[in-house]
Amino acid sequence: MSNSESGTQLSYLQHPGKYKGILSWLLTTDHKRIALLYFYCVIVFFFIAAILGLLMRVELFAPGQTIMGPQTYNGLFTIHGIIMIFVIVIPALPAIFGNFFLPIMLGARDVAFPRLNLFSFYLYLTGAILGVLSQFAGDGPPDTGWTFYVPYSAQSSTNVIFALTAAFVLGFSSILTGLNFIVTIHRLRAPGMGWFKMPLFPWAIYATGWIQVLATPIIGITLLMVIAERVLHIGFFDPALGGDPVLFQHLFWIYSHPAVYIMILPAMGIVTEIFPTFSQKPVFGYTAILISSLAIAFVGYFVWGHHMFTAGISYGSRWFFSFLTFLVAVPSAIKVFNWVSTMYGGSIDLKPPLLYAISFIFLFMIGGFTGITLGAVAADVHVHDTAFVVAHFHYIIFGGMGFATFAGIHYWYPKMFGKMYNNRIANIAWGINFAGFNLLYFPQFIIGIQGMPRRYFDYLPQFQTGQIISTIGGFVLFTGLVLMVYNFIRSIKHGAIAPSNPWGGVTLEWQIPSPPPHENFDTIPEIKHPPYFFGNNSNTKNE
Amino acid sequence: MTHPDNNSDHMDSQTGKFGMWIFLFTELFLFGGLFLVYAVFRANYSEDFHKAARELNAFIGTLNTVFLLVSSMTVAMSLTAIQKKQKNLALFLVLTTLFLAALFMLNKYFEWSHKFHFKLYPGSEVLKNLARGELLFFGLYFMMTGLHALHVLVGMVLLSINIVKIQTRRITSQNYLLLENSALYWHLVDLIWIFLFPLLYLIT
Amino acid sequence: MDHEEVHVSSYASLAKVLVALLILTTISVLATGWHLGPITAAVALVIASIKVGTVITYFMHMKFESLFLKLLVTGVFFIFALVIIITFIDYLLR
Repeated sequence: MSNSESGTQLSYLQHPGKYKGILSWLLTTDHKRIALLYFYCVIVFFFIAAILGLLMRVELFAPGQTIMGPQTYNGLFTIHGIIMIFVIVIPALPAIFGNFFLPIMLGARDVAFPRLNLFSFYLYLTGAILGVLSQFAGDGPPDTGWTFYVPYSAQSSTNVIFALTAAFVLGFSSILTGLNFIVTIHRLRAPGMGWFKMPLFPWAIYATGWIQVLATPIIGITLLMVIAERVLHIGFFDPALGGDPVLFQHLFWIYSHPAVYIMILPAMGIVTEIFPTFSQKPVFGYTAILISSLAIAFVGYFVWGHHMFTAGISYGSRWFFSFLTFLVAVPSAIKVFNWVSTMYGGSIDLKPPLLYAISFIFLFMIGGFTGITLGAVAADVHVHDTAFVVAHFHYIIFGGMGFATFAGIHYWYPKMFGKMYNNRIANIAWGINFAGFNLLYFPQFIIGIQGMPRRYFDYLPQFQTGQIISTIGGFVLFTGLVLMVYNFIRSIKHGAIAPSNPWGGVTLEWQIPSPPPHENFDTIPEIKHPPYFFGNNSNTKNE
Repeated sequence: MTHPDNNSDHMDSQTGKFGMWIFLFTELFLFGGLFLVYAVFRANYSEDFHKAARELNAFIGTLNTVFLLVSSMTVAMSLTAIQKKQKNLALFLVLTTLFLAALFMLNKYFEWSHKFHFKLYPGSEVLKNLARGELLFFGLYFMMTGLHALHVLVGMVLLSINIVKIQTRRITSQNYLLLENSALYWHLVDLIWIFLFPLLYLIT
Repeated sequence: MDHEEVHVSSYASLAKVLVALLILTTISVLATGWHLGPITAAVALVIASIKVGTVITYFMHMKFESLFLKLLVTGVFFIFALVIIITFIDYLLR
C-alpha cells in the first residue's frame, strides 16, 4: 500500500509550511502539530500540579503544621485541583490524541475546522496561564477548592475571579474542540467508512464531543454568576438576599459530573484500541462498546446530584440520583467485560501499552466500585468529604484516565515521533508507577472510612500511619513518572527508528509512515473492511 | 452519509452550517443556566416576581420584541436576496437588520438608564430594602438582558462584516456561508428574547 | 463542493411568517390582562414555544434541513428540559 512507504516524503515534523521556524509551530493549523503543542503544555502543567500535590503530601506526613500553615494548604489543594481538572484531565485526551489521531483514523487529512482548532489551543493556553497567574496576583492564591462552593467563593478575599475566568476560558476551548470533532466525524470520514466501520476511539471522541458541547456552557454561565455574586452582589446564591447556595451546587455539578465522562470516555477509547492490537484479534462486542459509550454520555448527564447527598436536597432527589448513578455504572461494566473478552484466546504481546491497559482495568474497577459505594446514599453520608472520596476519584481519574493516557502515549509514541522508546525502562517505570500509585491512594480509602476529612491540613493522630504510607507512595509514584517521561525524552534522540506498524495494528494510523506526512495520506483510502479486521496481511507487523 | 471533503481550502457549506448549529446549542445551554435559576426563584417567590415585573415597561419590551422579530425576517430575506443574486437588495436587508438591532440597543439603554436612575441595580441600597424575591428578579433581569445585549452587539458586528463582504462581492450566490451562519446567530438572539420577553415583562 | 438543490425561501413566505409571529406576540401581551391564575406561566411559555418553533422552522430553515438535524435540535431541547425537570425534583419535594 503506497501510503506506508514514503522514504522520500517529509514528515509533519519537517514539513515546510507557510511560516518558518517557531512560527511554523505557533501558527500551525496541522492537527498533528496542534496535538503536540497541547502535549507539551500538558506535560509541563501536569508536573507543576503533581509537585503541588507532593507538597500537600509532605504537609500531611505528620499532624499539625509540617511545612505550611492552613491558608497555604487551602491554596495548594485549590490550585492542584484547578490545574489537574481544567488544564489536564478534561482537555488532554481529546486535545492530544483526539487531535492527532481522529482525522487519521477516519481517513481524513485534517479536522473540519483547522483554524478553529488552533484558536482552541490558544484559548487553552490563555486559560492555563490565567490559572497560574491567580497564584501571584494581588490578593493571594484562591482557597475555595476547585469546586468554588458558595458562600465562601463569594466571600473569600483571594484571587477567586482570576481562577473563575481561567476556568471559563478553558471551558470555551473545550467546547470548540468538541464542536470541531463532532463535525469532523460527521463530515470527513473516508469513502466506505460508514458509522459502524469507524473504530472505537473515534466513537469515544464523538460521545465525548457531545458532552463537551452540551455540558460545558452550564459551568460557563455558573462561573459568570459567581463573578456577579462577588462583584455585583447579585444574590442568586446568597441566603441573606434570598438566594440558595445549593442552587450553585446543582449548576456546578450539572457540568462537572458529565465532565468526568469527558475524562474517561476517550481513555476507554484508547484502551479499546490497545486490546485488539496486542491480542491480535478483533474487539469483542464492537456494538456493545459503541452503545455503552453513548449510554454513558447520555445517562451520565443526569446523575449530578450524587455529589450533593449531604447538601440538603429532597429525599426524592436523593433516591433519583442514586438510582441513576447505579444505572450509569452498567455500561462501564459491559466495557470491562468486553475488554477482557477481547484478550481471551488472543495472541497476547505484553508490551508497555498493554501493561498499562491491563492495569487500567484493575485501577478503574477499584475506582468504579468505590464509586458505587458513594452512589449509595446511606454509605455516602458516612464517607462524604472524607479521604475515601479523594481515593475514589484519584483511582478513577489517575488510575483510570491517567494510566490509560500512559498506555496511549506508549502505544502511539512510535507513530507520533518516529522512534521507539526503551521497553525495559518503560516496564520498570510502569512497576514503580503501579506500586507508588496504590501506596499513595489505597490507604486513603481506609483512613477515609475511619473519619479522616478531605481538604484538612491537620488531623487526629490515629490517621498518621495511613498518611505516612500515602506520602511515601507519592514520592515513589513521582519517581516512576519522572523515569517514564525521561524514557520518552531520551528516545526522541536515541530511540530506534520506528516502522510504520511496530505493533501489528489494523486501524488506519498504522498504514501510514511513522511519523506521518503533512497531509496524512498520499491517497485517501477507500474502506472495505470492518474496523478490526485481522484477516489478511493488512496488519503485517514490521519490526 | 460520508461526504469526503478533504480539500481544506474550501469548506463546504453543509459542514460549516452544521458547526454553526452545534455552536447555537452551546448558546442555548449558556442561557439555559440562567433560565434554570429563573425557574427556581420564580417557583419560590412568585408573588415577589409579579410585583417586581410591574417595574418593567411592557410597552418597550413589546417594541423590542417587534424589532427583533422584524429583524429576523429581514436577515432571512437577505439570504433569499443573495441566493437570487440581488446584491443591492441583500445589502439593504442586512442594513435594515443592523438598524433594527441598533434600535433594540437604544431601547435597552433607555430602560437600563431609567432603572439606574431609580437606583434599581444589583448591590444598591434600594434593592437591599426590597423583598428578597424582588431583589432576585432584578438580578435576573439585569443578568439575562445584559448577557442577551452582549450577544446583540456581537450579532451587530457579524452583520457589519457581512455588509462589507457583500459589498466587496466576497459573499455571492455561490458562496454565502458567512451570511447564512450570521443569520442563524441572529435568529438565536431573537429566540432568546422570545423567551425572555414573557418571562420578564409579561408576568404582571 | 456541494451542488445540492438548495431551497430558497420566498419573500412572501417569510413575510407571512412574520405576520404570524406578530399575531402570537399580540396574543401573548393581551393574555397578561386575562385572569388565568395558575396557568398564566404555562400559557406564556406555550405561546413562546410556538414562536420559537416557528422561527426555527421557517426563518432558520429547519423545515428544509435534514431529518438528522431536525431530530438533533429536538433532542437537545429535550435534554435541556430534562435538566430543569430533574432539578425541580429537588425544589418541589423539599
